[in-house]
Amino acid sequence: MAYLPNTPHLRAEMLSALGVESAEELIDRQVPGKLKFQGLLNLPAPLSEMELLEELERDAACNQPAGDMLNFLGAGVYDHFVPSAVQRIISRSEFYTSYTAYQPEASQGMLQATYEYQSLICALTGMDVANASNYDGATSLAEAAILCVSATGRRGIVLSGAVHPAYRKVVETYTKGLGSNIRTVPTPDGVTDPNTLGELLAEARSGEEPPAAVVIQHPNYFGCLEDVSAVAAKAHDAGALCVVCVNPISLGILVPPGSCGADVVVGEGQPLGSPMNYGGPLLGIFACREEHVRRMPGRIIGATTDAHGRRAYCMTLQTREQHIRRERATSNICTNEALVALAAAVYLSLMGKHGLRRVAELCLQKAHYAARRISELRGYKLAFSAPFFNEFTVETPVPASRIVSELSQEGILPGRDLSLDFAVGNNGQEVLKDARRPNFLLLVCVTERRTKAQIDRLVEALSRYQPDSG
Amino acid sequence: MLQPVTEPTIAELSAEGRVGVSLPRCDVPEAPLEELIPKEQIRTDLPLPEVSEPDVVRHFTRLSQRNVGIDTHFYPLGSCTMKYNPKVNEEIASWRAFSGLHPYQPEETVQGALRILQSLERFLCEIGGMDAASLQPAAGALGEFTGLLIIRAYHADRGESHRNLVLVPDSSHGTNPATAARCGYQVVKVASDERGRVDLGDLERHLSDHVAALMMTNPNTLGVFEDQIQEVCELAHSRGVQVYCDGANMNAVLGICRPGDMGFDVMHFNLHKTFSTPHGGGGPGSGPVAVKSHLEPYLPVPRLREEGGILRWNYNYPKSIGRVHPFYGNFAVALRAYCYIRQLGPEGLRSVSEDAVLNANYLLKLLVDGGADKGLELPYPAPCMHEFVLSAAEHKKATGVRTADIAKRLLDYGFHPPTVYFPLIVEEALMIEPTETVSKETLDAFAQALLTILDEDPGVVKNSPHTAPVSRVDEVKAARELNLRW
Repeated sequence: MAYLPNTPHLRAEMLSALGVESAEELIDRQVPGKLKFQGLLNLPAPLSEMELLEELERDAACNQPAGDMLNFLGAGVYDHFVPSAVQRIISRSEFYTSYTAYQPEASQGMLQATYEYQSLICALTGMDVANASNYDGATSLAEAAILCVSATGRRGIVLSGAVHPAYRKVVETYTKGLGSNIRTVPTPDGVTDPNTLGELLAEARSGEEPPAAVVIQHPNYFGCLEDVSAVAAKAHDAGALCVVCVNPISLGILVPPGSCGADVVVGEGQPLGSPMNYGGPLLGIFACREEHVRRMPGRIIGATTDAHGRRAYCMTLQTREQHIRRERATSNICTNEALVALAAAVYLSLMGKHGLRRVAELCLQKAHYAARRISELRGYKLAFSAPFFNEFTVETPVPASRIVSELSQEGILPGRDLSLDFAVGNNGQEVLKDARRPNFLLLVCVTERRTKAQIDRLVEALSRYQPDSG
Repeated sequence: MLQPVTEPTIAELSAEGRVGVSLPRCDVPEAPLEELIPKEQIRTDLPLPEVSEPDVVRHFTRLSQRNVGIDTHFYPLGSCTMKYNPKVNEEIASWRAFSGLHPYQPEETVQGALRILQSLERFLCEIGGMDAASLQPAAGALGEFTGLLIIRAYHADRGESHRNLVLVPDSSHGTNPATAARCGYQVVKVASDERGRVDLGDLERHLSDHVAALMMTNPNTLGVFEDQIQEVCELAHSRGVQVYCDGANMNAVLGICRPGDMGFDVMHFNLHKTFSTPHGGGGPGSGPVAVKSHLEPYLPVPRLREEGGILRWNYNYPKSIGRVHPFYGNFAVALRAYCYIRQLGPEGLRSVSEDAVLNANYLLKLLVDGGADKGLELPYPAPCMHEFVLSAAEHKKATGVRTADIAKRLLDYGFHPPTVYFPLIVEEALMIEPTETVSKETLDAFAQALLTILDEDPGVVKNSPHTAPVSRVDEVKAARELNLRW
């Protein structure tokens, strides 16, 4: 077998050194007979490498990847251009076959790259410190809420209704052990209204669960830009911390949350140089103000010196972590998303100051062109009036589900049918103050990969649906 | 000796006006920015480096040369199963038919991917002796968290929410108690007996109707098989306690025995350990959870369900604990693990574990025979399963050389060090897991290197490494004078 280097002859030598007849004998001396599995596992017969490739090609043929379609789907995972150098670098097996740098002298490359990733994230978000990565934007957001609970000694969590619905679900699951009370700020206008938030905070403050965290997404799930400064001010007035979840590409053009009063900035890092991969692996960005550094979850890399006084790197503040602190750790995270963070570091280095700005501008211009064209169609209009970056919500003349299902058959993914997120339970009522409205909402995303001709094709396809066409 | 040079940071390579990427011109009519977003929301300063593509590629390639991986070094990091990562899996995962899938595209357009996920769930259930699985957890620790929340929901459903304790052996992974605390449980430590197994007497003392779960690893972190596991599970069940299996050490038992048959109620797998997916320098991993049927209603949503020959994501599981991932878990990692299982088949998987056990025992014998008079001891008797733990406490007493020093010195001999100072119950511990993907010749060379180090001048060992890209890294300074960014 190709992955097992010991030959029968070598095995025999080893067994003889051990004075046993077989590996099974070694196992039988430890595993009680009654526990031993009889026979063979019910799994498919082995395949050679060639047969495996052929078999997987058949499976692959049953997929129609969004990356090859006319794709206007975003909603948390984005179809951006990835420069070839990114994949080349993360395919260096010195990187991808290594593990957590428990021995820093053996892992200087990964450690330095992660230190650079942390620095780049700080530059992008305007925050003081960043960790080495979390699993994804959703768990980063949940960890941020938990940081706020621990920093304030309070348990209330206030989430904007315009936070990604799946992220809200993850926060609900993650905070089950804290006994936290999660309140949702309704966002019928597509944005978090600071006054509505203020009222809710005042109510929460006088209640049994004073707020520890106010969480918004910017740009939010509907694509709209939030008034981060106003939200942060309301949060601080109520004695809570402000968590902002970002799309890192948008920070090529938007004022960073660090300049608007955010205490913790999290986000989904997949747009920074990683393919969509059916939604995983992703990259949880996590950055915060210096004063919270000892409450940060996960690995943190620090620069130091070696015995000769040369610059060197290692994991630091490990006394926060599970392998040292056990049940008193700030989080249970161990393996995180180091290789995806490396991809982000390479991507941000290649893009640099001018490239990231350019990508953000392309996204912005193309999305606004698409939004203009679509809103000119009879029966369509922008659902919200707030400014947006590269995603926007449109009201459709017929149920969005119908548009998505019909157009996907001709190779167009027109966007996310929001009834999937808001028409279940009382989500639509809670967030949009209207349980029926989400059926007619389509969330459209335009990245720099979409050309004018492709946008025009989407507009043409959408124009076939008219208010009276059912 | 020629000292390797320090690599500057990417910021230090920056020069104004350099670009590292070429982007297309804008082909839609451009509007002034201020018309699209409010002026006060437009950033004026973006302090990212300005470097060319050759600068970036050379910089990160040089960094890679300052890193040790499985492909360059024998990497016997105990508890981490640093086995070879087959290249064909990397190839397949890179295909656009997989990497180009969006999680929200209609299910009809991703049937190939969904079939693979469904098959992998089934494979894992078969391997673990379990009834249902979820691939959502993105890593082992998240798998543990998911498993404990499932147990929490199960107890709540039965009106037993008062169960607020989780028992963990003193030899357990740090993630076990950290996860239990995260779920709102109090953690109670159970002692190990003189054979390195859970002390049944101590366990019995701690079991009560306030205990929600017992978390175990089998074989445990000492590489010792918990041969009383069935009795342990029966005892726990008799008190209404659910038993969680940390699947970190599944590489020892593939096709040999199954956690489900031992009595475990819920477990997680580490696809990046047992099923050969790359560790990525610290992730991405994948930590699927599998359960017995009584816990199935609580698994995370969405779950795959077949409707009229089409696989779909179904959210209609009212008792589910909810989501632990925004989508369906680390698909690209699951895909690699699926390929690995398909290539090995049932016989191959069994051979993997047999060779892992054989390699570990052979290396253990070399080190115990050769190290006995050098202060290297085996605190719990042989044989072992897929890994073993030695103590260098006597060697330290005799020479002043600590386990950490031995670990660093191994780098000079071309080997990545084992896990050290874990599990916590062994003084000056060296936790060694060779895996099945290493030859006898490498094991011989590693043993010889380790034994040679025990005879070396203590000064040489204490000041090692001498040939790594850096000498001993000052971790105390790193924590005292925090420098976390440029």
